Amino acid sequence: MNFDFSDEQQMLQESTRRVLAAAGDFEQRNAQRDHALGYSTQLWRELADLGLLALNIPEADGGIGAGAVDNMLVCEAMGEGLVLEPFHASAVEATSLLARLADEQQRQRWLPALASGELIAVLAHAESSNGGALEPTQTRARPSADGWQLDGHKSMIYHAPSAALLLVSAQIEGAPGLALFAVPADAAGLSLTPVATLDAQRAADVVLRGVQVGADARIGSEISKALSEVLDFSLAALCADAFGAIQSALNATIEYSRERKQFGQPIGRFQALQHRMADMLIHAEQARSMCYLAASHGDDPDPAQRRRILSAAKALIGQAARKVGQEAVQLHGGMGMTDELKVSHYFRRLTAFELRGGSTASHLQRLATDISNDRS
Amino acid sequence: MNLSLSPADLAFVDQVRQFLADKLPAEIRQRVANRDESQLKHDIVAWQKILHQQGWGAPAWPVEFGGTGWSKVQQYLFETECALADAPLQLAFGLKMVAPVIMRFGSPAQQQYFLPRILAAEDWWCQGYSEPGSGSDLASLKTQAVRDGDEYVVTGQKVWNTLGQHADWIFCLVRTDNSGKPQRGISFLLIDMHSPGITVRPTRLLDGGHEVNEVWFDQVRVPVSNRVGEENHGWTYAKFLLGHERTNIAGIGANKRELNRLKSIARACRQNDHRLIDDPVFASKIAQVEIELMALEITNLRVIEADERKQAPGPEASILKIKGTEIMQRLSELQVEALGPAALLSNGESRIAGLQPVSDELAANATDFYLNQRKVSIYGGSNEIQRNIIAQMILQV
Ligand SMILES: Cc1cc2nc3c(=O)[nH]c(=O)nc-3n(C[C@H](O)[C@H](O)[C@H](O)COP(=O)(O)OP(=O)(O)OC[C@H]3O[C@@H](n4cnc5c(N)ncnc54)[C@H](O)[C@@H]3O)c2cc1C
Repeated sequence: MNFDFSDEQQMLQESTRRVLAAAGDFEQRNAQRDHALGYSTQLWRELADLGLLALNIPEADGGIGAGAVDNMLVCEAMGEGLVLEPFHASAVEATSLLARLADEQQRQRWLPALASGELIAVLAHAESSNGGALEPTQTRARPSADGWQLDGHKSMIYHAPSAALLLVSAQIEGAPGLALFAVPADAAGLSLTPVATLDAQRAADVVLRGVQVGADARIGSEISKALSEVLDFSLAALCADAFGAIQSALNATIEYSRERKQFGQPIGRFQALQHRMADMLIHAEQARSMCYLAASHGDDPDPAQRRRILSAAKALIGQAARKVGQEAVQLHGGMGMTDELKVSHYFRRLTAFELRGGSTASHLQRLATDISNDRS
Repeated sequence: MNLSLSPADLAFVDQVRQFLADKLPAEIRQRVANRDESQLKHDIVAWQKILHQQGWGAPAWPVEFGGTGWSKVQQYLFETECALADAPLQLAFGLKMVAPVIMRFGSPAQQQYFLPRILAAEDWWCQGYSEPGSGSDLASLKTQAVRDGDEYVVTGQKVWNTLGQHADWIFCLVRTDNSGKPQRGISFLLIDMHSPGITVRPTRLLDGGHEVNEVWFDQVRVPVSNRVGEENHGWTYAKFLLGHERTNIAGIGANKRELNRLKSIARACRQNDHRLIDDPVFASKIAQVEIELMALEITNLRVIEADERKQAPGPEASILKIKGTEIMQRLSELQVEALGPAALLSNGESRIAGLQPVSDELAANATDFYLNQRKVSIYGGSNEIQRNIIAQMILQV
């Protein structure tokens, strides 16, 4: 057993932190947040220059072919840095899905453009009926004269507003299983309602009405297995992002409790607050452990084992996210309520984490069902 | 022991309900139900005027100042019914905070000028206590008031000033003496917000809202006649104020309303093939808050009934404050949980067809509300400070 990260892995995380820190101060970040696009194109280019957008592109395709642990380290830094850019949606989720499913021609067309940051792609799978889980979709694909016609309604698709390419999951009419289609954002019949999310990202509700795509738009054949792998891999990455935010919220609180004086002493001297921070630390350490476990199973080929671990991680880190987020605000007093300090932004990001990728309750339910079905 | 309401109190509740049904304007009720604060000032002022016309503008004031003469239980029943009917909260700063201080310690001239204007919603009041360096440790406050003839010259900065952007008047704790114990050198001033030298700057909160401000005083001249009571005795008046008006500190009415809303959301939301409220795990979370609220209502009534007899404000208020705010925070958290991914939209972005499982009125910006309600365990004496009070005053360990 070994919990050390290799030199390359540590460098990867450090260089990610550096490029995020160099991108500007918190005020500039918030100006980007409030801007029409919602993130910095400059930082996006820098992430590409550092090679991060090629992290999940296999070496054979000219990428880095990193594993779940490298992704974890990078995503942790993204959570710490309260990143607004579509890294998780495009460079983790959509890119790994294409890396698993795309044919040679499609790879040549999209992977280099994803690596350079020119192309932003997102997976459009979540619908109000499936909550983003590996469930059937209401979206339908019908064979048409020269390809496919798509109809359906995808909801809360993160970073769809800036994506040029949507990877739309659909049920082929009359056939079992799931299929995936590449739909350009400017396709006729595709409409987006963009929104700003709780964690300051951009997302959209996506409606497809009689959208026509060519036969070459279909990616892979039956995608359930690959989609299930990618959803779990992507969930592990999201857990790492949340862990980064948890650790940062805790650090900010410890630091504040050393600086803030009331009654003639730093508030960190009050034992009542020391115990609260000790509990926050326990939550953070437990979350770190689950983050490691999730990463080490993030590309586990055994689906039952992988899902069990991922559900456990999501549930536990979700609970830690809520507790640490709330306590961080509380221990900052009024300052915790302001938009000015990072702590409220961590709180928002952590609150959103609980609502994404399946709720704490639903993951606990899945584990509970496993336990009651276990006859051993 | 008999825990049921007397026939007179039951009749009183009927009367209040009838009044609310007749007089609360539908559009105001709708905005409150939707947690729509776009016309907050208008709604609060309009409602206060309606109450005043009825003679109910200041339920807790003595009759001689225009109050109702209701018992404390009736005041409690009134506030609870108002909350359940989605009436706007009455603005506490004038009615419940500064007015009792003026009645008790103010000059006859102050009483005659200010009290009727508060009652009729002619003046909007705000509270200027906290400063950047003085939150929980309020007595360390630094805003200076220097005597110059018939005036004080006030210089300093107040923070977290709620709704001061609408205010005509602010009641402030200021430092008039630096020599002794910090508590001994504080005075209580009533300051016209339109005075030269006052600057109000918005503080943006985590939910994007503008409800608090920084208030800067740069050599603001305040007539000495606007000081309440004696110079350097302001701390006593501030403490009197804190112990006052405990009928609604637990927010039982607002908590009941939010519990009802939570149940309605859970009935409307579907999870897989059933209603969320039919999920035994979620339903028992609701049951847990419900029993805590049930107990708190009785605890609150016990405190009110004791108050009715002896009047002396005791540390029990801290129990009500802590538990009432914890219940409110739990209810707001469960509303977000119930809404699921639809709650990922904040800052009023709840209007996507098909995404939100419930109506706008039900969801009512649940996410922003959740974020915003983190404040209730911070302000009004944080819950940590309240626990210190319980330890010192009740436990006496
Ligand atoms: C939304 C909002 C509205 C407000 N409105 C007003 C208003 O209108 N007028 C006004 O004057 N003020 C207002 N306040 C200010 C409020 O009263 C203060 O925020 C509060 O007193 C806490 O002070 P602080 O923010 O400086 O936190 P601090 O006092 O710095 O406290 C930071 C943390 O330390 C804890 N702590 C402090 N001392 C101790 C101790 N001895 N033992 C254990 N823990 C301790 C606190 O509980 C808190 O968790 C408002 C605040 C908010 C958030």
